[in-house]
Amino acid sequence: MITLLLIFFPLVAAMLLLLVKGEQVKKIALGAAIVEFAISIGALFLFQKNADTQFELNYPWIRSMGINFHVGMDGISLLLVLLTTFLVPVIILTSFNKNHKNPSTFYSLILAMQFALVGVFVSLDGFLFYVFWELALIPIYFICLLWGGDDRARITFKFFVYTLAGSLLMLAGLIYLYQFTPNHTFDIAALYAAGQSLDAAHQGYVFWAMFMAFAIKMPVFPFHTWQPDTYTTAPTQGTMLLSGIMLKMGTYGVIRWLLPVAPLGVEHWAHFAIVLAVIGILYASTIAIAQKDFKRLIAYSSIAHVGLIAAGILAGNVQGVQGSMIQMLSHGVNVVGLFFIVDMLESRFNTRELHAMGGIRNVNPQFAVLFLIVLLGSVALPLTNGFVGEFLLLNGVYQYNAWIAAFAGISVILGAVYMLRSYQSIMLGETNAMTASFAPLTGSEKAVLVIICAAIIAFGVYPKPLLDIAEPSVIKLVEGFKLAIGK
Amino acid sequence: MERVRERLNMNAIQVIPVNWYLLLSAVLFTIGVLGVLFRRNAIIIFMSVELMLNAVNLLLVAFSTYLSDSAGQVFVFFIMAVAAAEVAVGLAILMSVYRNTMSTDINILSKLKG
Amino acid sequence: MIKLVWLVPLLPLIGFLIIGFLGKKLSKGLVGTIASGVVLTAFAVSLGIFFELGGQTEKSVTIDLFSWISAGKLSIPFSFLVDPLSSLFLLIITGIGFLIHLYSIGYMHDDEGFSRFFAYLNLFVFFMLLLVLGSNYLIMFVGWEGVGLCSYLLIGFWFKNTAYNNAAKKAFIMNRIGDLGFLLGIILIFVTFGSISYGDVFEQAKHFIGDNSVITAIALLLFIGAMGKSAQLPLYTWLPDAMAGPTPVSALIHAATMVTAGIYMVSRSNILYTLSPFAMEVVAVVGVCTALFAATIGLAQNDIKKVLAYSTVSQLGYMFLALGVGAYTGAVFHVMTHAFFKALLFLGAGSVIHAMSGEQDIRKMGGLKKYIPITHLTFLLGTLAIVGFPGFSGFFSKDEILAHAWEHNKLLWFLGVLGAAMTTFYMFRLYFLTFKGSFRGTHEQEHHLHESPKSMTIPLIVLAALSVVGGLIGIPEVLGGHHYLEHYLKPVFEDSSFRLVHHLSHETEYILMGVAITVMALSLYYAYNTYVKNKTLPEKEDAELKPLHKLVYKKYMIDELYENVFMKPINFIGDALHKVVDNQIVDGIVNGMGSLVSGVSGLIRQAQTGNTGFYVFVMVISIVLILFTQLF
Repeated sequence: MITLLLIFFPLVAAMLLLLVKGEQVKKIALGAAIVEFAISIGALFLFQKNADTQFELNYPWIRSMGINFHVGMDGISLLLVLLTTFLVPVIILTSFNKNHKNPSTFYSLILAMQFALVGVFVSLDGFLFYVFWELALIPIYFICLLWGGDDRARITFKFFVYTLAGSLLMLAGLIYLYQFTPNHTFDIAALYAAGQSLDAAHQGYVFWAMFMAFAIKMPVFPFHTWQPDTYTTAPTQGTMLLSGIMLKMGTYGVIRWLLPVAPLGVEHWAHFAIVLAVIGILYASTIAIAQKDFKRLIAYSSIAHVGLIAAGILAGNVQGVQGSMIQMLSHGVNVVGLFFIVDMLESRFNTRELHAMGGIRNVNPQFAVLFLIVLLGSVALPLTNGFVGEFLLLNGVYQYNAWIAAFAGISVILGAVYMLRSYQSIMLGETNAMTASFAPLTGSEKAVLVIICAAIIAFGVYPKPLLDIAEPSVIKLVEGFKLAIGK
Repeated sequence: MERVRERLNMNAIQVIPVNWYLLLSAVLFTIGVLGVLFRRNAIIIFMSVELMLNAVNLLLVAFSTYLSDSAGQVFVFFIMAVAAAEVAVGLAILMSVYRNTMSTDINILSKLKG
Repeated sequence: MIKLVWLVPLLPLIGFLIIGFLGKKLSKGLVGTIASGVVLTAFAVSLGIFFELGGQTEKSVTIDLFSWISAGKLSIPFSFLVDPLSSLFLLIITGIGFLIHLYSIGYMHDDEGFSRFFAYLNLFVFFMLLLVLGSNYLIMFVGWEGVGLCSYLLIGFWFKNTAYNNAAKKAFIMNRIGDLGFLLGIILIFVTFGSISYGDVFEQAKHFIGDNSVITAIALLLFIGAMGKSAQLPLYTWLPDAMAGPTPVSALIHAATMVTAGIYMVSRSNILYTLSPFAMEVVAVVGVCTALFAATIGLAQNDIKKVLAYSTVSQLGYMFLALGVGAYTGAVFHVMTHAFFKALLFLGAGSVIHAMSGEQDIRKMGGLKKYIPITHLTFLLGTLAIVGFPGFSGFFSKDEILAHAWEHNKLLWFLGVLGAAMTTFYMFRLYFLTFKGSFRGTHEQEHHLHESPKSMTIPLIVLAALSVVGGLIGIPEVLGGHHYLEHYLKPVFEDSSFRLVHHLSHETEYILMGVAITVMALSLYYAYNTYVKNKTLPEKEDAELKPLHKLVYKKYMIDELYENVFMKPINFIGDALHKVVDNQIVDGIVNGMGSLVSGVSGLIRQAQTGNTGFYVFVMVISIVLILFTQLF
């Protein structure tokens, strides 16, 4: 029951929000998102820490094709649902200083997005998963198209077509698997069994069909070219939704679908895919160093981070997958923080150019400290949330191949280079005429940054609660994977 | 009851051999096709389409009777109903075409050229 | 007391939190009191632990706090290990830390960032304590990166100055290079031994059968970390730049404690190194090369802090030389004595800079002896200690290292002695140019010259006393001592002891000592001759130097080399990747797909004539064709 509530509450809220006019919209949207967060916390308390899928519901939907409305949560799903429900109110809060045109539509779309995202993370039916997967694209498309920056029509169109092409491949893969299910059903267990019954070559096809969809969503090099443009052009809240949560659809897809459905395909192609991911890490980090636009720099850094997550999952061991779980959460929190900082700077100065800024620390030391904490989380300093994930991921990749891990680890250095460089040119040095006018933080800005910084430190010092939620499910999944590939 | 059915089976249609129906229907259909192909007036084309439909209807009724299967006649009713709707929509379109172009020649309607 | 060990790092953390959150509302006096008070209390607890540990038979106590990270069979508790090595480091860190806190109250008194400074300093002490207390490699790594962060914050303490910020950034990034090696080493340890707790790892390593190259790989990866943190070749360039920070920071972080973390790590992992002779050899060679290389640069520097910085790099090289030849106790001993006299020298330098109103160039000093007598005397004692004047603390520790080096390889010993000669020369050059002769600065500076306040001179005096007598706990048997330190540390290095056997006869040791003293004396005489008798002064900034001199003065152009070999190409490649690969090639392919689709559609579109008759005709023909193919 709680699963249904989690899925449909945001949808209902989104619908009702369309009826509201005026200033109240923001507050109502925030209220709804907080209620949703409270529901997910409720689910967290009811959750038994074992590998079983819980809160399961299974209603027939399209009987003749074996499609069911089958939802439920295990530890992996629950963590991502928590991430979604935690970030959405934060994202709404980040917009409190902004006055978007058509606010009721804007917030309604954000909540509709949440509906689809939660749906993706709890679906246990291939078709349902696909439906939610595509549903998530619609609100974000409109958010980017209607509230985006320069050249938004072309960029948003490219983003849309790009991801749509990927998801069509995934649909083809799902339908292909569907043929091999005994009773012709899209149920997850049947699809798993169908996938595993194939020989290695055919699992390879399934791997590529699905991996393309996930790789584009994350994105993994070389399917990433939509990302920097889209992240840069989208309105800040859209960028946060894209990078904070939507990107995790891709990594979640790899864990939930790719590993169990095509284990032999993964085993055969993982090397290639991991090398791609690691190339992407170095590639994106190097580009980030040369960026002058802060928002674009963070967009590239996101490619680097997500590359490591992908590599860790595909390494197919407990440390790698657990690391990816933690890193998904950390990255979600950190990247929202960073994009918010970009937004704060941009709304004050109307520019994102690094060299135009400087010396803000002199004007607002408090902001400097909060920014520094977010930055440290992003460069994975120990005792921040970023470190736990990065250590486990590198550990997982190392067990797969030491050299790949060494190259992936270079991101640790390059990450420090571009983040410290941007911190220096924004915050340190002498104040100039523009930055001297840096307006004090408003209440909502402070609230967002403090929440994010608290999360960064809390889960860096004590990540165990999060690790414990996911661990049984991850172990079960990895053992299933290892069994299937005969190791 | 048995007798009633026998009498129904032995109705007037069955007196004429089925080949004649086939022939008539083929002729009507061909006239319709040729009309569609060679006439330029939209209304005549429209009528030719109707003619083709009715050729098919005739055939359906004939076979339905000869094979004693009423399904064929059910189809005919459907086709007639759809044809009626189609006429309504089609004529309405033609009306607006005529209003705009003051003609029913289909060759001037080539705006959708690729 | 040992059970309370968690208090030791907790206290500075509390100090950090209080000052960090309330700093602006508290008075300077209160901030200083809190900051030094917590460190002093931590020192008291450490002292208790030290003696309790010395008195009991159980030499290694683990205190579990909570489970930190776990994933599958990887389980990392947040726990502390108290053993002779860590308890000794606790004393060094909190003891010297306290003195430097005290000194900073005077030194930083007029700075607007007073409370921020103490917050950072307390945070640093917290991380440093974490580093030495952790009972597994990951906790050490936490402290390791944490001190790096504090170092970054403190080097760039005066954040309006771009050069300082660059120095801070450089320090952090150079350290990160090392940290990557360390991290990979930790992971390899986990993969090899299935655990990263010292206890498990060393126990298994002792009985390790199999490919020794794994151990070598681990040892070398860890050593990369040590090279970064302890400023060894080729990752040393950040340390001289780090002098941009306030002087107490240079004393505490960049001389006494943080930079010795690498030595702590290697001596902590001594078993792994002992098992890999090749790694030991690498450590020794890197150490001795760094010692010599940095010493040559030190010969030609004119900035009082830069000389000391290169001297630190050089001394760290000696410590690694010691580790590489198996003299673990000697290395730790030298860490300790070096902490005393180098902290003293830096604080003394700070006092000089304070007196000179911020001037750091020794060409503009001279004759300060009579203006700042306490500073002068303590600085002299520190100099005597560092050059290894007989009886001073540096003498014993350096002698121990050189004796082991001789035992291991005569060439290493020779290079070590050569380095020692240079040390003597540049240290006395520094001392003579600063304190002897006549004053060369401006009148304003001369008028302003004054001895520092008590809060600054008391730490100097205490450290000077320690520099003089600190060597007493390690007097070798050949001189009739007992080497208490060796006995105290024995449990830690026991398992490596098969490499630590003394082969040297007493005669050899006497001869070695004699040689070292002679070389030192000659070098001292040469420096005296040059700078006091002949009153030679270093060349002016714009003077034409001999090529070799110039090369040394310019620090062998290593910074420029790194800039041109690493930073510029990376920037260029990043730009090229973005503009060419991303925007042209990858995006070109993507857009090419789009163009392909619209091109093909342009072709096919031609068939749509718009002529209804044509459509119908095609339709009929097609139907006929289909029927034809289906029926016949």
